[in-house]
Amino acid sequence: MSQTASIPDYDYSVAKAFTISTLVWGAIGMSVGLTIALELVFPQLNADLPWLSFNRLRPLHTNAVIFGFTLAGVFATWYYVSQRVLKVRMVLPAVGKFHVILFNLIIILAAYTLLAGHTSSKEYHELPWWLDILVVIMWLTWGVHIFAMLGARKEKTLYVSIWYYVACFIAVSMLYLINGLAIPTWFVTQTGNWWHSVSMFAGTNDAQVQWWFGHNAVAFVLTVPIIAISYYFIPKQANQPVYSYRLSLWSFWGLMFVYLWAGPHHMMYSTIPSWVQTLGMVFSLVLIIPSWGSMVNLLLTMSGKWEQLKTDPIAKFLIIGSTFYGFATLEGPIQAIKSVNAIAHFTDWIIGHVHNGTLGWVSFTIIGAIYHMVPRMWKTKLYSERLAENQFWIQTLGIVFYFSSMWIAGITQGAMWRTTDQFGSLAYSFLDTVNVMVPYWALRAVGGSLFLIGFFMFFYNIHRTIRGAAAFQAQAEAKSALDSGSAT
Amino acid sequence: MFEFIERNSLLLGLCIFITITIGGIVEIVPSFTQNSRPIEGLKPYSALEMAGRQIYIRESCNACHSQLIRPFKSETDRYGAYSLSGEYAYDRPFLWGSRRTGPDLHRIGNYRTTDWHEAHFINARNVSPGSVMPNFPWFFEDNVDFGTVHAEIITVKTIFGVPYDQGDNPKSGSLKEIKAMGLVEAAEIVKDMKTQAIKDALAKGEVKDIVAMIAYLNRMK
Repeated sequence: MSQTASIPDYDYSVAKAFTISTLVWGAIGMSVGLTIALELVFPQLNADLPWLSFNRLRPLHTNAVIFGFTLAGVFATWYYVSQRVLKVRMVLPAVGKFHVILFNLIIILAAYTLLAGHTSSKEYHELPWWLDILVVIMWLTWGVHIFAMLGARKEKTLYVSIWYYVACFIAVSMLYLINGLAIPTWFVTQTGNWWHSVSMFAGTNDAQVQWWFGHNAVAFVLTVPIIAISYYFIPKQANQPVYSYRLSLWSFWGLMFVYLWAGPHHMMYSTIPSWVQTLGMVFSLVLIIPSWGSMVNLLLTMSGKWEQLKTDPIAKFLIIGSTFYGFATLEGPIQAIKSVNAIAHFTDWIIGHVHNGTLGWVSFTIIGAIYHMVPRMWKTKLYSERLAENQFWIQTLGIVFYFSSMWIAGITQGAMWRTTDQFGSLAYSFLDTVNVMVPYWALRAVGGSLFLIGFFMFFYNIHRTIRGAAAFQAQAEAKSALDSGSAT
Repeated sequence: MFEFIERNSLLLGLCIFITITIGGIVEIVPSFTQNSRPIEGLKPYSALEMAGRQIYIRESCNACHSQLIRPFKSETDRYGAYSLSGEYAYDRPFLWGSRRTGPDLHRIGNYRTTDWHEAHFINARNVSPGSVMPNFPWFFEDNVDFGTVHAEIITVKTIFGVPYDQGDNPKSGSLKEIKAMGLVEAAEIVKDMKTQAIKDALAKGEVKDIVAMIAYLNRMK
């Protein structure tokens, strides 16, 4: 009603800092990803140096993109979106600043410790115990800000995005704390490395807890907050409300309930009980329903506005992002079917699946959101829509190279491992199956290069947009002064 | 119809928490005791094996190698008997891995030898043409950290009741005793190795990482 009369004075300081963190950690994390992709094609790139070897860079890549890039993007949007949908200026700015500083400090320390080989070995939870404690403090800082904002809000009814941010906060707290349980050994004997610890769980139990965490880290870091972002930015960009409130509601509670059951699909045919595997498979299939509920709801928000996709690169990123969400959430359940999993598990098809989600869904949604936010936060206009448009196509092509090469590579290797000759003996040595992979790994590196080139175009575009902000405002002021001068 | 939840943020948080806890409780809790039972005859890791395992973790070997043989003929033909839950009872953390860029290692001790590993860690292409594994020259330079080995053995023994010192299981002990046991084990490995520098180091009382790594891999049967 009074939107144009008085634009509320939002505080974007923390959102801006997290936006820049997103760009920096994205560029670093994806560059490391390309490096390890190339190391598989050219093993001499490992250079006989511990901190350049595939084995140490791989956890650095996953941590930098999942926790550096993605979480920074999630936090950037939180500090932007929360003010707007809760209709209140950012509260506790000091808490927000502490949050952004501690966050970046943790990622820097994580990079150092992972390169040095200080790791728990648990996928996506590699950090040593003392860094885990810093992560918990950082996470609770965010929680304090979330609930302070909710307490101070002027809009009583919580918008869908807020449900998803709150769910992200609560679920990750629970998962991270339980999976991180460990005994630091130095405190027992006062000998050896002080950062070393022993997991609280052993063997099969450890695996079950880890994949309960690992699967749901994907759920509550790479899915739930990204849905929060989509539910805000797609309607904003399309300038019309979400397609169906009811569909948002059922998809949300469906996702909350079902996701936590699907973890066992990471341990098919392992030593966990058979009934748990079956249950995990069934719930993975059921998971299609709430996932597609959200996807359909987000896509149909464009109803009547589809022609916008021809001209608006930001809408392209957001809508193709949600489309990839649909792809990935169909592909995942297919891989969770036990008989499919028998071939897919341990192969590159899984790597391909993960990147459908992370490149197509997570990155595109965050990129779209940042393109939407930056001109509004810095009160300027985007440096180049054309550059964004070219970036979109280059990155999309990159993803297509990535997933198609990984599909073929994964299914080929999975099938070769089990191929027998006419006497029933294995037809291929393990090395045979590695040698066949090399051309596909090269194609994957091409796809990754295209995606990374696109990311640097994004980086440059945002950089020029921010740098041009002062000039743009001066120009706008001069123009309005001129207009008001001529009016009187 | 759920508007009351959407107006009360603490209630929303509570409802979310309850909804997400159910799956984990149903799937993980019932088999917890059963899963932690060791298979008969399973021995805790000896000092040198534990050192090798710590190096395996430091280098994230599990990023490319699994330790989980699935119950398929194609896997048991290639790697040996399929893995059993009780074999992992002393594995903190578990090291199943999720991608076989390289082969499974759960029973590698049955079909690879000390000198094969030595040549393979210098350069995997020496013995496996077309391998994409990195070289690990620093395994031949760095000394085993028995302090951390001692700390872990005492921790798992006192806190988790891992049966060191029982029957003919490996012994625990002071840091000095752990190191002495490690040296005895290392001598067994080093006599099958070719690198002179490793032998010279052992003569001076130093155990290089490569020796511990091989001890760990040889144990996996």
